Amino acid sequence: MDAESLLLSLELASGSGQGLSPDRRASLLTSLMLVKRDYRYDRVLFWGRILGLVADYYIAQGLSEDQLAPRKTLYSLNCMEWSLLPPATDEMMVQTSVVKGRFTGDPSHEYEHTELQKVNDGEKVFEEEVVVQIKEETRLVSIIDQIDKAVSVIPRGALFKTPFGPVHVNRTFEGLSLSQAKKLSSYFHFREPVELKNKTLLEKADLDPSLDFLDSLEHDIPKAEIHRGSIQGNWQDPALPWPAAMT
Amino acid sequence: MGDPPPAPDPSAPQPSSRRSSQVSEQRSQERAQLPPAVPDGVQQMPLDAQVLRSSQEILESQANLQSWSQGASLSPYEQLAMFQAEEAQLGGMEYPSLNTGFPSEFLPQPYLDGGGIQVPGNASLMQQLQHGRGNVFQELESAYQEPRPDLLGQFSMYQREDLQFSASAQHGPYMSDDPALQFSPSELGFMSFSMQVPEPEPRELAVQNAKAYLLQTSVNCNLSLYEHLVNLLTKILNQRPEDPLSILESLNRTAQWEWFHPKLDTLRDDPEMQLTYEMAERQKALFVRGGSGEGEQDMEEEVTETAVPNIMETAFYFEQAGVGLSSDESFRIFVALKQLVEQQPIRTCRFWGKILGLSGSYLVAEVEFREGEEEVEEEEVEELTEGGEATEAHGEEEGEEDEEKVTDVIPKPTWKPPPVIPKEESRSGTNKFLYFVCNEPGRPWTRLPHVTPAQIVHARKIKKFFTGRLDAPVISYPPFPGNEANYLRAQIARISAATHISPLGFYQFGEEEGDEEEEGRAGRDTYEENADFEGIPVLELVDSLANWVHHRQHILPQGRCTWVNPLQKTEEEEELGEEEEKADEGVEEVEQEIGPPLLTPLSEDAEILHTSPWTTRLSCSLCPQYSVAVVRSNLWPGAYAYAIGKMNLRCIGYDGAQPGCDFMSS
Repeated sequence: MDAESLLLSLELASGSGQGLSPDRRASLLTSLMLVKRDYRYDRVLFWGRILGLVADYYIAQGLSEDQLAPRKTLYSLNCMEWSLLPPATDEMMVQTSVVKGRFTGDPSHEYEHTELQKVNDGEKVFEEEVVVQIKEETRLVSIIDQIDKAVSVIPRGALFKTPFGPVHVNRTFEGLSLSQAKKLSSYFHFREPVELKNKTLLEKADLDPSLDFLDSLEHDIPKAEIHRGSIQGNWQDPALPWPAAMT
Repeated sequence: MGDPPPAPDPSAPQPSSRRSSQVSEQRSQERAQLPPAVPDGVQQMPLDAQVLRSSQEILESQANLQSWSQGASLSPYEQLAMFQAEEAQLGGMEYPSLNTGFPSEFLPQPYLDGGGIQVPGNASLMQQLQHGRGNVFQELESAYQEPRPDLLGQFSMYQREDLQFSASAQHGPYMSDDPALQFSPSELGFMSFSMQVPEPEPRELAVQNAKAYLLQTSVNCNLSLYEHLVNLLTKILNQRPEDPLSILESLNRTAQWEWFHPKLDTLRDDPEMQLTYEMAERQKALFVRGGSGEGEQDMEEEVTETAVPNIMETAFYFEQAGVGLSSDESFRIFVALKQLVEQQPIRTCRFWGKILGLSGSYLVAEVEFREGEEEVEEEEVEELTEGGEATEAHGEEEGEEDEEKVTDVIPKPTWKPPPVIPKEESRSGTNKFLYFVCNEPGRPWTRLPHVTPAQIVHARKIKKFFTGRLDAPVISYPPFPGNEANYLRAQIARISAATHISPLGFYQFGEEEGDEEEEGRAGRDTYEENADFEGIPVLELVDSLANWVHHRQHILPQGRCTWVNPLQKTEEEEELGEEEEKADEGVEEVEQEIGPPLLTPLSEDAEILHTSPWTTRLSCSLCPQYSVAVVRSNLWPGAYAYAIGKMNLRCIGYDGAQPGCDFMSS
């Protein structure tokens, strides 16, 4: 959610039962402003909250002018002091895929994972149990990245691509009409497109290169469902593998 | 062409009103040459009918052929007059009119003695001629050997038709089957005499074919190319844009689009918005207070206690904890609960929570009926089960008889399905409360059936999202006995049993205690509020889990709260048991299942993967004196309890998520 429209977005997303207490909301509004100033971001988004055993992580992301460029992720425990997280790499993904269970809430906590590794000791090859330490921060980074890749959704028309490459926010975007909002094809994944090049030429001919430069939700498996929220008709899209992620 | 006889002969069987233009042409010729031998008046009378007929036809054909856009058409009056004049001349000839697609404008001729119509007739005729079809000209040409250069030139188009008419005798009455030329039924009635179907000449045939082709409608829609072109050209002519050729394509698109999106009047019916409108209508009913004639009574009743809890207050506290629905949704839920209380005989009611589903969510209300109210449904259900057992007994007996007759005895499977564990009585154990669900505030509340132990046992094994429809089947392995309503109820039972907690001391046991034996088996299952409860400081509530206790009975692995020995035979089972082998029965012994007794502190709860199943938090660390202690379940994400001297529990969540993949919750 955009820092500027935070309160409204929180209200609309309240159908899922997760919300923020008033003190958190107030501190978020303040601190996100400061983050935007300090890091010189074009837009700061409040990404969400990851629940931990002892404490919860509040995550924010900062975007530069080009909306598709890799985002900087920050986390905070009290919505006031934000720390930058390192960007996600594939090794991190592999490493943290073995960790299961809840987050503890302590960023310096280290998970211990015993692995069997082959160690060459001279001529002997034997397996040794090696205890690998994985930091919770790393795990946080990779989880956020996974969720983003899977679930981050943006409606069609909200961004447009200029011929030079950078992607900008479309200031003339007024939202989707009711009939369009019901269709999965009017939503895109907000990440680097993966499937665009796999489309046939016929399909590509229908696309508008300035608007349709991201993967559509239409062809995702399992299919996302658009869930009609409250009476105002805001449409929420709960993504199945991450049930608590709503767009 | 001096003699009248030969001239009228060819023109005698003049079928068409338009071809009667040739007739009239001929007549004009004659008239030119002959003085009107027949007085007008005599002829006109009997011919009036025909005139009318033909004029009707003219009108009709005009209407039909407007798409031909042949240009200006004569006013009916003019044509009528012309007809009259013509027919007067010809003296009683019958003019069967035939719509052959010729524009009626081609009729009359300027040389009527009777008419001052000459000039306008001529003028219109000239116009018509300009639009006319070329193939007719030759016909006329040949018919009239005496050239009247101006006339003949004008009417040369009629030549071909004239030939036809001269050649053809009077045909029987039948009509042209060209679909473009439709007669009205009344006209058909009139036309008792011959309407010739002219043998179409090649060019005319080509034209008709072309038109038919253009008129055919495309497969996708009702629009034919012909109509579309007409629309397009009309549009262009109306709007008169500059340089129409360059914008022709976009005009084409717009015309097509407009055909399918006709601009209705201001009463624009936008069906998409009706969903939200319907919802608003339904919810409006919630906000209206019932019974306009009982205004005063209503006020009094409402001031006294109602079964509906103060949802707004609890919503406020939950909001402090960072959980909960928005305040207007909470209010709607409150009003919906009020509606439920009015509809059903409810003693206590509580908003249990909201369960999110894929295409819809459930609002769950936990109610207790007043005494004696819910027995109706129970009886029905029991009858059904008893009926089922009787038929089973029958089937087994018959099977045995058959087997005795057959010499090769198929070995009977020794597997017996495990005995069905009877479900708990209502108002006790897992079925202590009744649950009502609805999808949205404003929709009717549906009662959930009681839960059976088998359903609870199966629900522990599967993990499915809810779709939002109560009748949806639950497709899973191992197969779940029931549909989504049963699954929902089973999950509600599990969640309630696991997560309904209260601060230590809030509830206490009643003073009277039963025998120890009974306690050993059933445990205490009643509690009452402790009047002396003073509340535990919030900080202590957060620090130690021992300050919280469960106040719901734990569900045993069997699926019930109170243990039942499944091997105890009921009366029916004993009847059957005599005929069957009893080899296995002695071997099994079932141990009594014992769960933690009521009011056990949370600190005794089993750990999940080395983590405590509960998390406690202060709602706001900045102001501990006013904050709320929040306890969150790690087992059932979405289950929260807050305490600030009181207790409450709400569960809002997807409920499909359970921690870890290899953990089975109890």
